[in-house]
Amino acid sequence: MGAGRLYAAVAAGGFRRYATYRAATAAGVFTNTVFGLILVYTYLALWDIRPHLGGYDRSQAVTYVWLGQAFLATLAIGGGGAEEELMERIRTGDIATDLHRPADLQLWWLAADVGRATFQLLGRGVVPFVFGALFFPVALPTDPVTWAAFLGAVLLAMLVSFGIRFLVALSAFWLLDGSGVTQIAWLAGVFCSGMLLPLNVFPGALGEVVRALPWASLLQAPADVLMGQARPLGTYALQGAWAVALLAAGRLLQTVATRRVVVQGG
Amino acid sequence: MAERSTGAAAAGTTAGAAAGTTAGAGFRAEHGGRGGARGRLADGLRAYRMIAGMWLRSTMAYRASFVMTTLGNFAVTALDFVAILLMFSRVDALGGYSLGEIALLYGLSGTSFGLADLAIGSMDRLGRRVRDGTLDTLLVRPVPVLAQVAADRFALRRLGRVTQGLLVLGYALATLDVHWTVLKVVLLPVMVVSGCAIFGAVFVAGAAFQFAAQDASEVQNAFTYGGTTLLQYPPTVFGKELVRGVTFVLPLAFVNWLPAAYVLERPYPLGLPHWTGFLSPLVALVCCALAGLAWRVGLRSYRSTGS
Repeated sequence: MGAGRLYAAVAAGGFRRYATYRAATAAGVFTNTVFGLILVYTYLALWDIRPHLGGYDRSQAVTYVWLGQAFLATLAIGGGGAEEELMERIRTGDIATDLHRPADLQLWWLAADVGRATFQLLGRGVVPFVFGALFFPVALPTDPVTWAAFLGAVLLAMLVSFGIRFLVALSAFWLLDGSGVTQIAWLAGVFCSGMLLPLNVFPGALGEVVRALPWASLLQAPADVLMGQARPLGTYALQGAWAVALLAAGRLLQTVATRRVVVQGG
Repeated sequence: MAERSTGAAAAGTTAGAAAGTTAGAGFRAEHGGRGGARGRLADGLRAYRMIAGMWLRSTMAYRASFVMTTLGNFAVTALDFVAILLMFSRVDALGGYSLGEIALLYGLSGTSFGLADLAIGSMDRLGRRVRDGTLDTLLVRPVPVLAQVAADRFALRRLGRVTQGLLVLGYALATLDVHWTVLKVVLLPVMVVSGCAIFGAVFVAGAAFQFAAQDASEVQNAFTYGGTTLLQYPPTVFGKELVRGVTFVLPLAFVNWLPAAYVLERPYPLGLPHWTGFLSPLVALVCCALAGLAWRVGLRSYRSTGS
């Protein structure tokens, strides 16, 4: 009980912390809207020539674009979540303080990141999405059950996203300078999550591979649940499996890494 | 898509930086007016060279890191073109333009923007400097502030973006079946230089805007990174209103759309007359003048946070 309250407080702190920067949030909303506009037009040009490309119709392609813009910051698809600060703490050695807290390292950062993601979803995600839905043809369900199923997929996407980025952050225990790993994670995130093009448009074997990777859980999975392209239970199973696998790997790596920590005096 | 695609790290970094804006000791920006305009320009360029050179030496102290980040910069930029290639694995033309033609637009936009980004891409750090008060340090030095801000953290790794743009441009020139004339050949370098100046003006104007909106550097990303992404696709893809906006309001269309329409002998966007394809240098000059003015206004209005 007490532990639950602690992590809830950490999550609330993560939420509040990002909510403080209103101008930055407004600027982010603007940028996401501009990029969404550019992408929508290119997608529409593509779907004009090939209607039903990847099994989507025009309005589904448009919906996919605005979901992507809503999730970019929420799921830190290009990085930029709690892992940045964690990496810095590992590099500077402040991590030693964190390890002495009567709280679990992974759960602590997960709670903070979920708080951050929730704020980004509400603060940065909703407005570009509403803008897109008002000015372009979108395919949105009317029954609340599908929306609830979609929220479930978003929650699982947050877990998978954190699972990936926690592993990225822990690499700093060995590498100290994490900029190379961060950059690779960014490339993989943008390419394999379907930010460039929906994964079901990727041709042949490449498409099959990217759809099986964990990044497919971030954007493609919730999008397909919302648009009725995938069954929620099957989607949850794949997302859940990746979440468990990644978080377990993170836990294992955390145990190995913290044994290496040598606290320097002074 | 992304340093860029919505400045991934922006919210994270703003969260990290202090944002105390107590209206403390008013600190008016001084404009040293010695030596007239030409003297100031020479001063600025000399300062820029020195500061950029200093950052260059510090980068080269870690050569392996430099090579890796340059490659990373190249790879990140290349993802945009991979997306276009993926699209063309499903279609033969987009907005009526072939892959070669889009590659020409992409290469010109990417190279122009890459050069501007290389030269003054750190301008978007101005907001942070205003917030944490380090801008005050630059104001007391006897060197133009614009030169100091522009050269700040000069990053040669941004050559990765330029290289990528040039490679795609080379691919376009090799595959395109253009009826080349002397005028068209001359127009290409003119486009790159004018485009670089237009994007440079956007960077400076964006920085000027940050004097007012301190932690809103992502707005700038929408116009810089967003602008170059927009220009990678043909104008026929976009809605009329958007094309009008980037022709008459923020004249990005002069970076490549209009002059490239001449080179490719394509219909001009918005049915504009043919001579508009040759206006890019003039438009670039006007943009730079306006951006310079905006910068002066911004700098004059600056009040230190006092922290």
